Amino acid sequence: MKYMDEFRDAELVKKTVAEIRRVVTRPWTIMEICGGQTHAIMHFGIDQLLPPEIELVHGPGCPVCVTPLEQIDKGLEIASRPDVIFTSFGDMLRVPGSVKDLFAVRAAGGDVRVVYSPLDAVKIARQNPDKQVVFFAIGFETTAPANAMSVVQAQMLGVTNFTVLVSHVRVPPAMHAILGSPRNRVQAFLAAGHVNAVMGYWEYPPIAAQYQTPMVITGFEPLDILQGILLTVRQLEEGRCEVENGYGRAVTYDGNKPAQAVINRVFVEQDRKWRGIGVIPNSGWGLRPEFAEFNAETRFDVAAIHPEESPLCISGLILQGLKKPNECPAFGKECTPERPLGATMVSGEGACAAYYRYRKQ
Amino acid sequence: MCLGVPGKIVEIYEAGGLPMGKVDFGGVTREACLAYVPEAKIGEYTIIHVGFAISQISEEEAMETLKLLNEIADIDEELGLTAAEQLDISV
Ligand code: SF4
Repeated sequence: MKYMDEFRDAELVKKTVAEIRRVVTRPWTIMEICGGQTHAIMHFGIDQLLPPEIELVHGPGCPVCVTPLEQIDKGLEIASRPDVIFTSFGDMLRVPGSVKDLFAVRAAGGDVRVVYSPLDAVKIARQNPDKQVVFFAIGFETTAPANAMSVVQAQMLGVTNFTVLVSHVRVPPAMHAILGSPRNRVQAFLAAGHVNAVMGYWEYPPIAAQYQTPMVITGFEPLDILQGILLTVRQLEEGRCEVENGYGRAVTYDGNKPAQAVINRVFVEQDRKWRGIGVIPNSGWGLRPEFAEFNAETRFDVAAIHPEESPLCISGLILQGLKKPNECPAFGKECTPERPLGATMVSGEGACAAYYRYRKQ
Repeated sequence: MCLGVPGKIVEIYEAGGLPMGKVDFGGVTREACLAYVPEAKIGEYTIIHVGFAISQISEEEAMETLKLLNEIADIDEELGLTAAEQLDISV
């Protein structure tokens, strides 16, 4: 497919890898923050092409993985009600809550439906005026414009049986949390290109400067990722710490202004808990008071649910780049994609799932 | 769920009060909301994520990236090195 195949060209891949080998002189630890990139790296074996000096660690950029347990439990509680049609992106269905998942709710008779776009959830609400339709609005900056638009459309069309259970997270506060931690090992970031397609990268230079950490906006094809690594290693070797755009075909400095406008109209920044990690200040978005009528938490009175996380799963350490999935004692034993203990083994972008699928070691 | 895929806009229309379109992903066509790419025209490429076009793809920038990566190769050739000499693995 156009804009994919060209960025998988084997000759260019070889040459870019050779250039990385030529430039690197000592060990560097680079974090790809986006789970989509983690999967591309494992799928194409990019980690195995790199010289031994370069260690890639995986970041918290998987929205399914970081959705806090309490939001999952609130979703399960709402989805169990007989008058509710609960809609969600597909990979949320097997994410374990405290005692069950959405599949179990569906098996017990709950009306849980997978949607491709949040606008499909609004459509279901219009088709089922006698039901309450709830959409599980999770995601990073990439997904926020879509989820925000579902609320705008519902308001515009006067749909009153539609609400959203919001659990939105933002990348820059996570970067601060990782780089500011005393345990931090990350020396450079491959930034998540599609987050930047929406938000631009004007928020990044102060972070790069504060922590002396290079950041390269990176796409998702093998050549994009290798180019991102090459630009990052060049900076590290030369002692620079700049923000560079390696994904110019989709990302501009300012980002997508119409998308940002709708996000800001519907959402407001707030503290947000990340599964396995804890609360990161100002790291999420919630509904603005003007859209309170679309808030599922108040309509279904579930705001008070606060479960404890299982101590077995170390996904929090994995999401912060402190451990690799195969270092988890439960990996491939008590925890598999069929019987997951943590969300990182469930999601299409989870690091544990990527290791299980492509490396199985 | 966070991935975005490049596709070509083949139709533009309005539905549910929003600008929508049909987008072709190498033969498979899906509907997408085009509210965030107001300038996009039929025949142009966008990145689609959860049913929304989040970015228009710049052909010029795509070519520029490929050109820069190709130039790496030229440097190697100038040094008289082939990729295979530097790289004892097959990709
Ligand atoms: S392997 Fe399973 S238990 Fe271990 S960190 Fe990953 S999801 Fe959690």
